[in-house]
Amino acid sequence: MTNALLEVEDLKVHFPVRKGLFQRAQTFVYAVDGVSFQLNKGETLGVVGESGCGKTTTGLAILNLVRATSGKIRFKGNDISEIAGLPVPDQMRIRKELQIIFQDPYSSLNPRMTLNKILHDPMKIHGLYPGSERQDRIEFILKKVGLTPEQGKKYPHEFSGGQRQRIGIARALSLDPQIIIGDEPVSALDVSIQAQIINLMVDLQEEFNLSYIIIAHDLAVVEHISNRIAVMYLGKIIETAPVAQIYHRPQHPYTRALLSAVPIADPRAGRHPIILKGDVPSPRHPPTGCGFHPRCPECSIDCDIKPPELRSLGKEHYVACHYA
Amino acid sequence: MTELSNRTKRPLLEVDHLHTSFHTFDGVVKAVNDVSFAMNTRETLGIVGESGSGKSVTALSIMRLLKSPPARIEKGRILFDSIDLLEISMSRMRDIRGNRISMIFQEPMTSLNPLFSVGNQMSEMFVRHQGLTRREAWNRSVEMLEKVQIPSPGKRAREFPHHMSGGMRQRVMIAMALACDPEILIADEPTTALDVTIQAQVVDLMMKLRKDYGAAILMITHDLGVIAEIARRVIVMYAGQVVEEADVISIFEEPRHPYTRSLLKSIPKLGDASTHGRKRLQEIKGIVPSLADLPAGCHFYPRCPHADPICRQGEIALEEPAVGHRVRCIRHAGL
Amino acid sequence: MSFSWKNIKRRTNLLIGSALVMFVAGMAVFAPLLAPYHPTEDANILYSEEPPCEQFWFGTDIQGRDILSRVIYGSRISLSVGLFTQFMNSVIGIFMGLMAGYFGKWIDDLIMSITNILLSIPTLVFALAVMALMGPGLINVFIALGVTNWSYTCRLTRSQVLSAKRLNYVMAARALGYGKFRIMFNQILPNIMGPILVISTLGVAGAILLEAALSFLGLGVQPPTPSWGGMLAGAREKLFTAPWISIYPGMAIFLTVLGLNLFGDGLRDLLDPHITQQK
Repeated sequence: MTNALLEVEDLKVHFPVRKGLFQRAQTFVYAVDGVSFQLNKGETLGVVGESGCGKTTTGLAILNLVRATSGKIRFKGNDISEIAGLPVPDQMRIRKELQIIFQDPYSSLNPRMTLNKILHDPMKIHGLYPGSERQDRIEFILKKVGLTPEQGKKYPHEFSGGQRQRIGIARALSLDPQIIIGDEPVSALDVSIQAQIINLMVDLQEEFNLSYIIIAHDLAVVEHISNRIAVMYLGKIIETAPVAQIYHRPQHPYTRALLSAVPIADPRAGRHPIILKGDVPSPRHPPTGCGFHPRCPECSIDCDIKPPELRSLGKEHYVACHYA
Repeated sequence: MTELSNRTKRPLLEVDHLHTSFHTFDGVVKAVNDVSFAMNTRETLGIVGESGSGKSVTALSIMRLLKSPPARIEKGRILFDSIDLLEISMSRMRDIRGNRISMIFQEPMTSLNPLFSVGNQMSEMFVRHQGLTRREAWNRSVEMLEKVQIPSPGKRAREFPHHMSGGMRQRVMIAMALACDPEILIADEPTTALDVTIQAQVVDLMMKLRKDYGAAILMITHDLGVIAEIARRVIVMYAGQVVEEADVISIFEEPRHPYTRSLLKSIPKLGDASTHGRKRLQEIKGIVPSLADLPAGCHFYPRCPHADPICRQGEIALEEPAVGHRVRCIRHAGL
Repeated sequence: MSFSWKNIKRRTNLLIGSALVMFVAGMAVFAPLLAPYHPTEDANILYSEEPPCEQFWFGTDIQGRDILSRVIYGSRISLSVGLFTQFMNSVIGIFMGLMAGYFGKWIDDLIMSITNILLSIPTLVFALAVMALMGPGLINVFIALGVTNWSYTCRLTRSQVLSAKRLNYVMAARALGYGKFRIMFNQILPNIMGPILVISTLGVAGAILLEAALSFLGLGVQPPTPSWGGMLAGAREKLFTAPWISIYPGMAIFLTVLGLNLFGDGLRDLLDPHITQQK
């Protein structure tokens, strides 16, 4: 527990829904509702779940890009949940270590900045490297992500989607961080380009000793890149385990349904998906008890009363289900 | 008698050397470049390709739903039940569209009018295509909603599109598409915008309805998993052209075109990494070519692992090395 | 978005608009070279109210001054009022809009309340009140129009900031540790300048009209300095007997405002990605 690089403890993000003349918050969207996990050095944690499960908000809250309602986030043992309240030098030190790659390679780059400037500015702001060495550093990073130094003078619109995602990765790398959060890093890319980016991220992880949190809905991609998986549903982690455990011995009924629902690129696979009833409930009005009970094929007598806690099944496998 | 047997042999839909371009300020974009295929009654044909492969433009050309300008169908024929859809008047086309050929889209919200209730919009169609009265049409709509497994359809019919979830809206679209018992249902990425568990629901529903209604389905997607599950025959498109066509087993087990092969190898398969350990994915180098500036000869040439200078000399023809297996590659035999 | 000649050429409104604006700007800059007479000193009561003729192309006014020369010199006042006041409006509006949009909460509420109040008072009435307090004169026109008319720019900027703020590159900038003001001015502002530029162009036209109205009411630029609005005021009683005294300055106002509006519309079309990036 103590050698964790990042610890998240009972993180909650509730967005107020303002209504009426005086804009008072009357209801809340329980986007993230009590998430705890840890990330070790050099590890990749895959966070999977469907839209609205709070996986993206969790990532943004760790970076303090949305404010956490409650909970603790510790980086190397130091509380970083309230970055904005820290003295500026401390803020900057933390920002440097935690970076993010976004899903959409089009909106994530400032269209008015050249590639060189996109990479140079962060170093300048953080006072990294002497001015004269920054250009060398930019060229070094560009080569690492598979671009050429000559491309540094170009603007984002001159690049294809896959190349833009490489720029996004380069920008995250420019500060030499320890943790990179990838929010659906390949899902907006063409199928024939995805493998390039996945391989690149795996290579960079080894070379720079990075730790990743990969947020994605594509279970095959996450499986390929992660060491450990956390499955989220309605703002909570409902199961977490090493990758082989999750994919071969899923314990939560939702995890099982999710895995069975992935279409397999093999016409002879003859899979039989567990078809869940209905839709994901709104995070504004989460069900009582276990959030999954209205759709759960194995729902039992007290599932709608008692919310299940995440409990250990041994071998780092945790599940939040009364009957698993 | 002979005439009847001739007619049954004829494919239901025949796309014949279709060329569709977009005339933009920056030049001519050849979105569909000599695409030919045929589809039989009750068949499920899959078209798989990436963005810019021309798969959606092909579908929109069949439906004549492309905005012109900038789009222009330059050449080719689209024969549906011996009618050339490119020759008939717009008003005749409207009688066919939604009635004999219908289409569902990736984002159902944009295809539904936010100002009218779902039942209202469905009734409209029954009134238009089948000449039912308002009340009959409403009852038929509720019936259709029930068929696509929407709970309490009577209540749901009075709701507006924005009250519904993405999965629910796609069911409504499917109900509308099947309402007039079409001969062909074109589905353009119908599950892409949906979550995995909802996607499974919709695919499951489409499979069930295919049995009940007997419509031929043209399934357009980038997801090889969805294709493997649904289609019997598969067309692979790349940069505006058909590069390979075969039955689904052959496409996945004996692909002949280097693009199909590389694509199948490049995608991570569920269960692989956790069983056999993480291996490096085989990537396809380079970028998807711009349709405004296509490479000469084979369009896949710059990215192909088997590229040879002869691949750049002139257009590559679609050959048929085995019955029902077509491939657009000069070197397919030697690979 | 592309400023290539190919794109500009296709927009007739932009071409006509910029031609008109350049014409008026040329008049203002080269007024001493273009005007056949001095606008104030060459008054000759003998030539009072001459209709247009070879000697005086646009005729003369009551005091016998050449109208053509006065219209040419008048463009200096109109353009400088238009440009300067809109510059002030833009600076105030953009700054307020950035603050309101980026910081939100009470800052947003406060700034939005101010703009609501400003928008509820007709600009002309407000400007009149300011002028009445400060007294007439060119500098006071600048101030009166410069501080009263920034609400539109402010609201536009705010709405643009609100949508730009959610874009991932702004999020990325925050994650990279960019400061608030650096994000506002270096990341957001350059990307939202397009629509602001358009509304500012239209604002110049509005300011020219307001200045004309103020001068017409006698609260603007004081005679004998030639201004188009002032010229109209002096010609009010002669509208039927000597219509040329009012027609030419009126046409000057009309063409300048038309030119600016066409230019603004054309600029908007050019900057709108839905029109230029048609596929």
